[in-house]
Amino acid sequence: MAWDWQMFCEDTLERTAVPGCFGKDGDITYLDWMLSAWGWTVSVSLLALLLALASGMIVGVLRTLPNNPWAVRFGNAWVEFFRNIPLLVQIFLWYHVIPAIFPALKSVSGFILVVLALGFFTSARIAEQVRSGIEALPRGQRHAAMAMGFTTWQVYRYVLLPNALRIIIPPLTSETMNIFKNSSVAFAVSVAELTMYAMQVQEETGRGVEVYLAVTGLYIISAFAINRIMAWVEKRSRVPGLAAPSAAGGH
Amino acid sequence: MNLALDWSFYNWDLISNFVLKGLGFSLVLTLIATVGGIFFGTLLALMRLSGQKWLDLPATIYVNGMRSIPLVMVILWFFLLVPMIIGRPIGAEISAIITFTAFEAAYFSEIMRAGIQSIPRGQVFAGQALGMSYGQNMRLVVLPQAFRNMLPVLLTQTIILFQDTSLVYAIGAYDMLKGFEVAGKNYGRPVEAYLAAAVLYFVMCYGLSWIVKRIHKKIAIIR
Repeated sequence: MAWDWQMFCEDTLERTAVPGCFGKDGDITYLDWMLSAWGWTVSVSLLALLLALASGMIVGVLRTLPNNPWAVRFGNAWVEFFRNIPLLVQIFLWYHVIPAIFPALKSVSGFILVVLALGFFTSARIAEQVRSGIEALPRGQRHAAMAMGFTTWQVYRYVLLPNALRIIIPPLTSETMNIFKNSSVAFAVSVAELTMYAMQVQEETGRGVEVYLAVTGLYIISAFAINRIMAWVEKRSRVPGLAAPSAAGGH
Repeated sequence: MNLALDWSFYNWDLISNFVLKGLGFSLVLTLIATVGGIFFGTLLALMRLSGQKWLDLPATIYVNGMRSIPLVMVILWFFLLVPMIIGRPIGAEISAIITFTAFEAAYFSEIMRAGIQSIPRGQVFAGQALGMSYGQNMRLVVLPQAFRNMLPVLLTQTIILFQDTSLVYAIGAYDMLKGFEVAGKNYGRPVEAYLAAAVLYFVMCYGLSWIVKRIHKKIAIIR
C-alpha cells in the first residue's frame, strides 16, 4: 500500500493539488478543512467543559449540603439520570425529543445541542468528583468554619471548595481528556468536528488510513496538551507548605 | 410545552421486530467484549508487571494508545483495517465485536493491574516458598484474589461498556439503539423511539449499578 499524503493539499471541490497546501480565495483544501474540524472539536469540548464544571460543581455541592435532604435527593437523581443513559442517546434526546417538547428550541443549532448534551453528561461525573472531594476533607474544617460564624455559602466559598477542588484536580484532568474524546460522538448529529471529517473525507477520497492517522494524531496532541495544561494548573494552585493531597491519602 | 406521545407506537410489533434483535446484539457484544477484554486485559496486565522490558513496553504503548483515542475513532479504524488485513469484507457486527474486545482489553488491563498490585507481596513469596511456579502462583493465589477485589470495578466497567455499545452507530451495526431508530423512522415516530431507548438504557444500567452496589457491600463484609 502506497502512502498518499498529497491528498491533504487537494482542493475539496476539484481534487486538484493546490500549491502551498492552503486554499486561496474561498477555496479550501482537505488540510484547511481538517484544521477547521479540529477547531470545532476544541470549541465543542471547551464549551461543554465550562458547562460541566459549572453545573457539576453546583450539583456536587448540593449533594453535600447538611440538613437538606431534598437538595441531596435532587443531586443524586441528577447524577443517576445523566450517568445511566449513553451519551449518544442523550445527544439524540437533545436533538430530536427536546425540540419536539419545546418548539422554541427547533431553530437552535446542532452545535449548541451537542454542547448541552456533552456538558450535562459530564456534569454528572464532575458532581461525583466534587462530592467525594468535599467528603474527603476532615469534618473539623466545616465545623471550624461554622464556629467562626460563616454562613453556608461562606463555608463552601472560603473553606470547603478551595480545598476540595485542589484535591480533585487529577480526576478533573482525566474528565477533561474524556470530554475531548467524547466530543467525537457529535458526528452523529453532523457537527463538522474531527470524527465527522474523518468519516466524510474517507468516503470522498478513499484515503482512509492517511485521514484516520492525521485525525488520530490530532486527538492525541489535544489530549497531551490538556495533560500539560492541567499539570500547570495543579502546580500553580498548590498551597505552599501543604503536602500533595494524594500523598496524604485524601485527608 | 407540548408532548403528545403516540402511545400506540409502543406495542409488541416494535419489540419483536426491532428492539429484540438489536438488544440481542448489544448484549452479545457486551458479553463477548467483557469476557475477551478481561482475558486479554489480564494478559496485558501481566505483561506490564512482568519486569521484562520487551513485554512491558509494547503492552504499555498499546494500553496508553487505546486510552487516548476516542472509541468512535477506534471503531472506524478497525472497520477500515480489518478487511484490509484479512483481504475480504467483514460485517459491521463482527468488526464491532473485534473492536470492543481489543479496546476494552486496554481498560480492563488497568483494572486488573491495580487488582494484582493490591495483593500483598507476601502472598507471592508464600506461594514461591511452597514451590509453586509463576503460572501456578498467578492462577491459584494472585489472580483469584485480584479478580475478587476488583469485581465491583470490573462490573462498573461492564456497565460503561454496555452504554458504549451504542457507538456502533458509527458503522451502522444493528444494536438496540439502531433498532429503536429504524422503528422510529419506519413509523415516523422518532420522538417516541428515542424516548423509549433512553428509558430502556436507563432502567438496565441503573438496575445493574444497583446490583453492583449490593455485591460491593457483600464483598466488603466478608473481607
